[in-house]
Amino acid sequence: MTEMMGHLSLSHFLVVGGLLFCFGLMTVLTRRNAVAMLMGIELILNGANVNLVAFNYYVAGGLSGQIFALFVIVLAAAEAAVGLAIILAIYQMIRSIDTANIASLRQ
Amino acid sequence: MEHAVQQLAPLAVTPAGFLWLIPLFPLLGAVINTTCGWWLQRKLGKPAIHIVAVGAMVLSFAVGCVAFAKMLGLPGEERFLQNTLWTVLTAGPVHVDLAFALDPLGMMMVLVVTGIGTLIHIFSIGYMAEDSAYWRFFAYLNLFIFSMLLLVMGDNFVVMFFGWEGVGLCSYLLIAFWYTDPAKAAAGMKAFVVNRIGDFGFILGLFLLFWGLGGAWQDMPGGKLAYQPIAAGQQVRIIADRVAVDGAVPVEEESVIEVGPTLNFRQLRDQVVVQATGVAQRLLHQKLFGFSLLAIVGILLFVGAMGKSAQLPLYVWLPDAMAGPTPVSALIHAATMVTAGVYMVARLNFIFALSPTAMGWVALIGALTALLAASIGFFQYDIKKVLAYSTVSQLGFMFIGVGVGAYWAGAYHLLTHAFFKAALFLGSGSVILACHHEQDMRKMGGLGKYMPTTQKTYLWACIAIAGFPIAGGFYSKDEILWKAFSQEHLALLGMPAAWLGPLIYCIGIITATGTAFYMFRSYYMTFTGEYRGGHNHGHETTPKESPLSITSVLVVLASGAVMASLIGLPASWTNQPPILEHFLEPSLPATVHFAEHPHWMEWAFQIIGVSAGAIGWLFARFLYLNGKSPVPGQLLARYKRAWTVVYNKYYVDEIYQATVVRGSLVFAGILSWIDSRLVDGVVNLAGVVTRLFANLDGAIDKYLVDGAVNLVANSTIAAGRGLRRVQTGRIQTYLYGALAGALVVVLLNFLIR
Repeated sequence: MTEMMGHLSLSHFLVVGGLLFCFGLMTVLTRRNAVAMLMGIELILNGANVNLVAFNYYVAGGLSGQIFALFVIVLAAAEAAVGLAIILAIYQMIRSIDTANIASLRQ
Repeated sequence: MEHAVQQLAPLAVTPAGFLWLIPLFPLLGAVINTTCGWWLQRKLGKPAIHIVAVGAMVLSFAVGCVAFAKMLGLPGEERFLQNTLWTVLTAGPVHVDLAFALDPLGMMMVLVVTGIGTLIHIFSIGYMAEDSAYWRFFAYLNLFIFSMLLLVMGDNFVVMFFGWEGVGLCSYLLIAFWYTDPAKAAAGMKAFVVNRIGDFGFILGLFLLFWGLGGAWQDMPGGKLAYQPIAAGQQVRIIADRVAVDGAVPVEEESVIEVGPTLNFRQLRDQVVVQATGVAQRLLHQKLFGFSLLAIVGILLFVGAMGKSAQLPLYVWLPDAMAGPTPVSALIHAATMVTAGVYMVARLNFIFALSPTAMGWVALIGALTALLAASIGFFQYDIKKVLAYSTVSQLGFMFIGVGVGAYWAGAYHLLTHAFFKAALFLGSGSVILACHHEQDMRKMGGLGKYMPTTQKTYLWACIAIAGFPIAGGFYSKDEILWKAFSQEHLALLGMPAAWLGPLIYCIGIITATGTAFYMFRSYYMTFTGEYRGGHNHGHETTPKESPLSITSVLVVLASGAVMASLIGLPASWTNQPPILEHFLEPSLPATVHFAEHPHWMEWAFQIIGVSAGAIGWLFARFLYLNGKSPVPGQLLARYKRAWTVVYNKYYVDEIYQATVVRGSLVFAGILSWIDSRLVDGVVNLAGVVTRLFANLDGAIDKYLVDGAVNLVANSTIAAGRGLRRVQTGRIQTYLYGALAGALVVVLLNFLIR
């Protein structure tokens, strides 16, 4: 594992994490489908996870970064569950999950 | 000189717990008849009303008699019954109690008021029988008796003044009893207003006296005045020497006299009369604006008496007061209320005696009033007007009496006058009733045939007032005039005036002649000759004798007028002081000096007095007997101008109208103008200024304060409206915002470093 990692530096991981984050962000910002936005959020969280694990390995050592990542995964799962439930409820109410139509909180 | 040797010591007080009953009964009667009189009259008829009223009077008179009996059982110097109910007010050392006191003078007044009052109540039963406001009449009468009893029985000035005002009120109510007639209502108001003027003088005198007892204004070295009060409640111990009856063992008795301002008659008397207190000396030397304080006090108190007792120049209300029902004229305006002034001067004899100026003033005014009123009485045709002026004139006599220092004689004349004038008034009431409320003597005449009892009683009362020695009036009038002649201490404006006595005597004798003349004139015009009335009423009716309730009262009063002579037989006849003088002695401690004259002079003066009356009588008989003599008509034609002046009462009412009344009206007009223009202008100005300020304030409130508040609100609204665009409800927009914020933070992070 260590040799395999020998030619990989922290930057590689950070680039991958950053790309994931950017893709996620783009998804959230551009897509109007609520489910797609949820998926973008997952990407953002995973980008953060990559960063956490990479910094743990290269900088901090120990297990704390990895445990952070585990919590984020659990959090993401919970968040997805709640988010999907809300989307489902909205869909049942207005028969659409296009965020352009979900503007009743505007008033 | 018998006054000078009188032993002067503090009064001994004998408690008598029942005195309050005397005024209570008339008060109860008044309360019952005012509150439910109309109901009683409707349900039970008029007898119920007069049973209450007359019953109250009889009970009151009975209690008065009990008090009289108790007083007679006491030795002379202890004849002072007192009954304190409760304290009305306390201010420093001054206590004012609701208290009643009876000394011999007050006792005499109480008996006159309740006794003659009862008779007049009984008379009213017959006289007012036809009146629908029967209950109101008797309620007022009882209320009057109550007030009058307060006046004479009050132990202090406050109770007395309460009664003093109360009788004024009742007088007003009763004069204006038939208030639907504007003239009668106006007469009532006139009486009230004139009395108020007198009362103002009275209360002013009272305040001055009170103040004089409390301290003195004395000159300071710097030229200013300093007030030096007597210490509150200061007491002077007096060692009074009393010789025991057997004359061997002198008994020393100690008594305490409170010195200082007081409203109590007994305390006032004690501290003024007992020389050791020094109060009399102190009062004598006190001055106010350079005048003797006592003279001012005496004159001001007499102004009160002028109003109540109808003396010059305040007598004008009394003739007009005849507008009231005749029993009222008899009770209030002849027998009782109008004598209140005489009573007051006699009650305060020890004050008046200290000031010869005040006494001279009282006597002179009395004499002038007597003469003026008698001369007006000569030519009046209204029988009640004759009696009214006669009353004013007789009151003048009483004031001569109390003015020259013959206090007991003044009081005696008050007593005899109460009898004969009540008899005369009630006799005239009987006549008026018989002539269907006709008061003009020219339309009467020959009534003696129809009403013999009235005629006889009227004749006896005339004899009494004219001064023939077979009835009471002679003795009192003679005593007054004799004392006036022999006095030697009167003064005017601080100057001794020994000539004043003989002058007053001459005026008095002329007046006495006139009195006999006008009284017998009224008698002859009314009762002799042929009946001249009854034709202009449409129905021919001859006058009838009045009912028993009226004639019996007349008989009692006329016999009283005759019997009153018994208690005043002069010392020159019996060689001992008259009974009444002896009785009143404890009340009249004033020491007044009279010249000593031999007995034959007194006899001579009595003969002059009788012949004066006889001359007046003969003149009247010559001119008016049977109404046949043509002489009055001829005299009238010859002296038309003089007659007109006198007949119109010397135009005094017109002069008053032109000066005092119009003056007051002009003054009131000026004040009204000042009020409506000046005062109202100031008030309106204040209003305008205030409104101006209010407008300014309103503008500030509206534009500044409200503006600031609105500005805050408006800007909040504007801010809200601007920011509303930000909240689109689109998640993406928010995310852009969040992203932008994050980028800014990152950028700042780089820039600041």
